[in-house]
Amino acid sequence: MTDAPLLELRGVSKNFGAVQALKDVDMTINPGEIVALVGDNGSGKSTLVKSVAGIHQVSSGAILLNGEPFAIRSPRDSADLGIQVVYQDLALADNLDVVENMFLGREQTNKLGKLDHNGMECRALEVLDQLAVTTIRSVRQPVASLSGGQRQSVAVSKAVMWSAKIVLLDEPTAALGVEQTRHVLDLVLRLGQQGLGVVLISHNLHDVFEVADRIVALRLGQKVAELDRRTATQTEVVEAITFGRVSSVPGQSGATTS
Amino acid sequence: MDVGPERNSLLAYARNWLVGLRSGELGVLPIIGGLLLTAVVFQSLNDNYLTPGNLVNLVSQGAAISTIAMGLVLVLLIGEIDLSVGYVSGVAAVILAQMLLPDGSDLPTGFALLAAVAAGMSIGALHGLLITKLKMPSFVVTLAGLLAWNGVVLMIIGSQGSIIIQDRAVVSLSGSYLTPDVAWAFFGILMVAYSISLVLARRNRMSRNLAVEPAALLLLRIVGLALVAGTVVSVANLSRGIPFVVVLITVLYVVLNYVLTNTRFGVWVYSIGGSIEAARRAGINTDRVRIYVFMIASSMAAIGGIILASRLRSVDSNVGGGSLLLYSIAAAVIGGTSLFGGRGSARSAILGALVIASIDNGLGLLGLGSGQKFTITGLVLLAAVAVDSLSRYGRIQAGRS
Ligand SMILES: Nc1ncnc2c1ncn2[C@@H]1O[C@H](COP(=O)(O)OP(=O)(O)OP(=O)(O)O)[C@@H](O)[C@H]1O
Ligand SMILES: [Mg+2]
Repeated sequence: MTDAPLLELRGVSKNFGAVQALKDVDMTINPGEIVALVGDNGSGKSTLVKSVAGIHQVSSGAILLNGEPFAIRSPRDSADLGIQVVYQDLALADNLDVVENMFLGREQTNKLGKLDHNGMECRALEVLDQLAVTTIRSVRQPVASLSGGQRQSVAVSKAVMWSAKIVLLDEPTAALGVEQTRHVLDLVLRLGQQGLGVVLISHNLHDVFEVADRIVALRLGQKVAELDRRTATQTEVVEAITFGRVSSVPGQSGATTS
Repeated sequence: MDVGPERNSLLAYARNWLVGLRSGELGVLPIIGGLLLTAVVFQSLNDNYLTPGNLVNLVSQGAAISTIAMGLVLVLLIGEIDLSVGYVSGVAAVILAQMLLPDGSDLPTGFALLAAVAAGMSIGALHGLLITKLKMPSFVVTLAGLLAWNGVVLMIIGSQGSIIIQDRAVVSLSGSYLTPDVAWAFFGILMVAYSISLVLARRNRMSRNLAVEPAALLLLRIVGLALVAGTVVSVANLSRGIPFVVVLITVLYVVLNYVLTNTRFGVWVYSIGGSIEAARRAGINTDRVRIYVFMIASSMAAIGGIILASRLRSVDSNVGGGSLLLYSIAAAVIGGTSLFGGRGSARSAILGALVIASIDNGLGLLGLGSGQKFTITGLVLLAAVAVDSLSRYGRIQAGRS
């Protein structure tokens, strides 16, 4: 049990009615490891993240943390287990301000249950500052008035603030400019250095090769390849994504169980 | 993030406010304007409009609507609708009247009041459960409620036609007024509490190096409230005095406003209106919050029904019907609460109810009937929503949606 990976998926499948979004997927993430999840549109990447996050319940298979299986039934469960997620869509409430969004569902209150507005504002400013998110004029403006990139920065900052053990990021840089992308990638690297397990979904192979330790490719809901960043080439990854050719690189963690 | 010196001057603040105004952040301005306009128009048509006696009347007339509208604000904030609040208030009124019949059972008044509110709350829980657990649209559930609770009112009243309310405490709820001394004491408490809360909040922010409003603005707010509330008390004291229901509504407002702005529940209500999926992903039990919202709305409707029954001193088969529901929804919307969820405040219910009561009262003074009243109130509702839509368009243009 001591060498058990931080997060392990064993034979995870997920059906939406007749659509099989995930089919028998095995995957591991170790502490301090950054795993990139790649695949074409509709290959099941977001579904995998949402299953771990408790938004979807898996149809079959198991999700293990430190070798122990957990039934993750709600986003609350996953948050309690130290899993934080940056979603591709619908992550923020437009009408709430930056601070309210960052603390949504985990608001700080005083002993009488009164919201600690100022305490939360201070903490939010601190985190945004640490992450070098400097372009937001005021943390008390509704996020509707932020640019796509600023919103994404808020979502990432929110996930980071909660000192999670595992962070899943679903295309966190998709809407970002060059500099903001740089910040997020640096942030991802820093999370890895701090010993967290990170799953990064991205369509940008350049970004993937820059930060990932391992690359997992999905195609039509199935894992078709698991590559070591140091030995893999971009061509291999592209082939796995498009043709589903299974490469024969053994995962250093020995993830496959069947 | 920017605690720059220029932000701390009143002038800079005023400039910012003007910029916001031009880009469509109108706040309460349209309503204040509307209230002033109705005052001028009706006063020029009938000298009795702006007399202290009539103004006191007007406030009593708006009491039930503003109470029901405050509950509706919560429902609108989560992006739902409750069409049943009119007859739910009717059910509460009938239960109250029936329990207090002088038939020898001698139930304590407090017990009857609690039972009426509890009935409202249970109805809200039922609606909420149907909406969340059976995933039925609130429009349909509460439309069914509108019919069904109307039926329940008719069944309870039965062949009696109407029930006269003789209970002294219930009648005095709407029929009693604060003596001038008590009214000023109430005013004093309100002002001291408001001032202290503003000053403490500002101190706390300064001690944490967060951006604060200029001190002059804070003073302006306090003086502003003092002027408005002071005028109300002075004028009312020239007539019968401040109606007791005003105290009741003020307390309900302060509590509701606190819940919306200073509790986790309040943030969750807003977040559900903004994006229910984001709320769910944040781990919020959205079903439970929505059920509570419908329970609060129905409870407020029940309180509104009690106020209404106490004002009319009787309950008949029309109780909770007529224009009550539509006026209440209109009040919340005229006051600035969005029908699309996520935007609004407790304040909007009271301001909107004032507008509606002003028009209803003024047209009544002119001897106009329901036909004219409904037509004009409908036009005012349209105007209010038009102002909202246009200002939202302005906000979008200015990137502040
Ligand atoms: N809630 C849902 N109900 C039904 N089908 C769904 C649902 N969510 C996803 N799917 C289906 O599951 C499959 C995988 O979708 P998913 O969103 O996981 O893809 P993805 O890899 O994240 O794609 P993208 O790169 O476009 O984000 C798709 O065929 C999609 O239509
Ligand atoms: Mg996706």
